This record gives sequence, structure tokens and C-alpha cells, in this order.
Amino acid sequence: MSAVSDPRNPVVRIVWATCSFVAHTASIFALLVAWELFARSGKVTMFMLPPFSAVAERIWSDAVGGKLWMDLGLTLYRTFVGFSLACVIGVVLGTAMARTRLARWFFDPIISIGFPMPKVVFLPVVILWLGVFDVSKIAMVTVEAVFPVVTATVLGIQGVGHELIWSARNMGAKDRELLWQVLLPAALPQVMTGVQVALPVALIVAIFTEMAMGGFGIGGVMMQASRFADSRGVFAGIVEIAIVGYCLVQALAFVRRRLLRWHQEAHAPSTV
Amino acid sequence: MRAALIRYSPLLILAVAWQVTSHFEFVSSSALPPLTDIGRAFIDLVKSGDLQKNAAPSLYRGGVGLLLAIGFGTIVGIAMAWWKPVNVVVGPLVEAFYPMPKSALIPVTVIWLGFGDGSKILLIFLGCMLPVIIGAYNGARSTEQVLVWSARSMGAGRLRMMWDVVIPSALPEILNGIRTALALAFILMVTSELIVAREGLGNLIGFLGANGSYAAMYAVVLTVAFMGFAADRIYQLAAQRALAWREAALS
Repeated sequence: MSAVSDPRNPVVRIVWATCSFVAHTASIFALLVAWELFARSGKVTMFMLPPFSAVAERIWSDAVGGKLWMDLGLTLYRTFVGFSLACVIGVVLGTAMARTRLARWFFDPIISIGFPMPKVVFLPVVILWLGVFDVSKIAMVTVEAVFPVVTATVLGIQGVGHELIWSARNMGAKDRELLWQVLLPAALPQVMTGVQVALPVALIVAIFTEMAMGGFGIGGVMMQASRFADSRGVFAGIVEIAIVGYCLVQALAFVRRRLLRWHQEAHAPSTV
Repeated sequence: MRAALIRYSPLLILAVAWQVTSHFEFVSSSALPPLTDIGRAFIDLVKSGDLQKNAAPSLYRGGVGLLLAIGFGTIVGIAMAWWKPVNVVVGPLVEAFYPMPKSALIPVTVIWLGFGDGSKILLIFLGCMLPVIIGAYNGARSTEQVLVWSARSMGAGRLRMMWDVVIPSALPEILNGIRTALALAFILMVTSELIVAREGLGNLIGFLGANGSYAAMYAVVLTVAFMGFAADRIYQLAAQRALAWREAALS
């Protein structure tokens, strides 16, 4: 038992990692095989469900031709610019709301009404104002992604214990020092949770705006493929987006572990 | 009353600023029609019946999709927490599909089920299912062992224990997951209708926008936004009701 779970033995570690990887991905492989078999069984047409191998071939040819990278790059560019803006605005606004009464008075009703609203309905209005190019898409992403960050930041900073603040004050911390060295680090776990909620939202909105406005980007290409009844293209888009979404979420979880290495949650077993 | 007035006064200020800006044409009145025009357009839409005619299919799609997702998602989530084999098979799939943008499925649901209600219901069902599954899973997994043991020792069977112990103790997390799903249902409903549909509120917004009747478009946009907000508030009240026994027991 002790030899198996001994984390220092590199061979054991590699075998262990491989086993858990296989166990983890087995059902995804099973799903892909089932897809392939079902599509080839003749019960559905190529149009309804192209076999996975055909979709993979399409992705491969797009990747070799360079088309995939351009569309993917555009989608990710819009997602990231909008997402970064949302993070910066969200943290600044959330901090202001948690620390000053005026900001809280003004923004609290706006946030509490705006958060549950389906903000994507404002798309036609945003197009009217900002046109159909990158600016309006990025604006939509920012608007939709900023709310989780703001609410998480407000809750995080309000939840910082008085003892921490008093001790810092007692040791002569100025407002700015208090903010950077006490409040923001102490609120970081909650802020990160908000940011982690905001990232998939940003990707959803980026894809949606591309679908609705057309043009390049994964969403636009999928919509075009759908209009031309090119279902291989549609499924290729879905597989690409699923992979990208998964990688982004995992990457952010990694960033969280890095940033919060000092925090007690790093030593607790993960729940997700 | 006075407290509510002070609390919501920023919204009033915004509304007045909006009215003043568009009244004196600081920005073109097609980009930002005055609130009074929007109110008039709203009344016209209600009188002509356009709003009700399009709201009915939208709410039908959203409601059916959401209810299916709640039923199916709760069962799958609890099953994942209680039977290891289910978790081994379904867990990685949930993990892989959770971050996937559901709006990407719009073209596929159209290929499968066409332009009508079916494709929207399927999309809303698929999108809303995942938050419900995750809520139910996390809730059921963290059921206190003491409660389970006591129920067992008092002779409860597996199903009975599920109903009397696991579901009540998982309820807060399940309800939280459903709240996320509710917001998602509105988003998916409007986006799918904006992109492919012949009727529905999203379609009405796109139609009015393309025709240049911007005041009416704003009226529908604000209506949908308000519906989303109202649904969330009503849901929260209902959820508090459903959890009232918990507060009473804890205090």
C-alpha cells in the first residue's frame, strides 16, 4: 500500500497519473466511439450526424490550411479583450462599491437589477451604437461578463475580517496600502471565483455575437456552414469550441491554484 | 417606502438622464429614443397583440426546456452522488461539457429538429441541465453522514432515505443550480430566437430592429430584460419559502 501511494517514486507516479487519466477520459472516448458507430449505422443521414472521423478530418484540413487558426484567433481575441476589460472594470467597481457609500448607493440597484437580466437582448441596440465589427462584440462580452466579477468582489471585500483591517491600520497602513496589501489579497479567493464564472460566459457571448452578426470567427463560420447545410462544418465548430472551452477553464483553475498557493484552500481537497 | 425610494433613486436618475439626453437630441433619437416614445410603442405593441403573440411561444419553450432540465438534472446529479458507477461514467462528460458555450449548439439543434419549438426546447434543456446536475451533485454529496446513518438505523429503505433525507439536505444547492439555469434559459431562449426562428420575442426584436422601428425594439428589449429580472425575483421568493423550514430549524 505504502509503495503504491508513495509520491516520491517517479515510476509509480507516472503509472498512477496514466491510470487516472484513462479512467477520467474513458467515458469521453466511449462517447466518441458511440458517435462514430451510430453515425455509420445508417440510422441517421450524413446530414443529421456526420461520423466523428469525418469531422476530425475536417478540423485537420482546416488546421493545416490555416483557416482554423485565424477563426480561432479572432474568437479568442474578442473573448479575451472583453473578459480582461470585464475583470478590470469589475474589480475596480466592486472595490469602490464595497468601500465607498456613494458608489454603493448608485450602483447597487443597477447591479441587482442588471445581473439577472438576459443582457444579450441588448445586442441590436449595441449594434445600432457601435456597428457590427469587433467593438460591439467586445462590448457585449464585457457587459455580460462584468456582473459576476463585480458581485464577487463586493462580497469578497465586505467579507474581510475587521481584525485584519484594524491590525493593518494599527500598524500604520495608509488607504492605498490597506487596499493593495490587505483587502485585495484577502478577497482574492472570492474574486477568482467570480472571474471563473465570467470566463465561460465571455466565451458564450463571443460565439453568440459572431453567430448573430456573421463574419469570421468560429461562431460566424458555424452559422455560415449551417446556412449551406454543411453539417460537417457545424460539428467541427462544436468540437473546436468544446475543446477550447475546456482548456480555458482548466487554465484558469491552474492560475487560481498558483495565485492562491498561500491560501488554506490550496491544502484542502478540491471540491470541483 | 422612503428607504425603497432612496435605494432605487439611482434608477430614477438614470431614467431622467436618458429622457433629457434623447429629448434634446444629444445623441440621435434613433440610437436612443426617448423613454416616453418607448412607453407609447410598448402600449401599441400590447394593443395590437404582437407582444402577447410572440411572448407565448417564447415562454412555452423556456418553461418546457427548463422543467425538463430540472427534472432530469436533479435525478442525474443525485444518482452521480449516490452510485459510484454513474459518477465514473457521467462525471467526465459533465466536466467536459460544462464549459462549452451552449450557443454553439444552436445550428445543430436546428439540423436535428428544424426551426420550430423542438430545437429551442432541446437547446434550453441541454444548456440548463448542467448547472442543475452540478448543484444536485454537490448538494447530495455533502449530505451529513450522521443523518444518513440515523435514517438507516431507523429502518429507512434506499428510496425513502433519498426522499426524506438526501433531497431535503441537498435542497439549497439544488435551488441554487436552478437559479443559474433560470437565467441561462432566458439567455438561450432569446439568442436562439434571434438567430433562427419565425416567432418569439427574440425574433420580434430582430424584426423590429431590421425595420428601423427602434422605439418598439427598445420596448421589447426592455420587456424581456424585465421578465428575466422578475422571474429571478419570484424564484428567489419561492426558494426562500421552500427553505423556510431550514432557517427555523437552524435558529
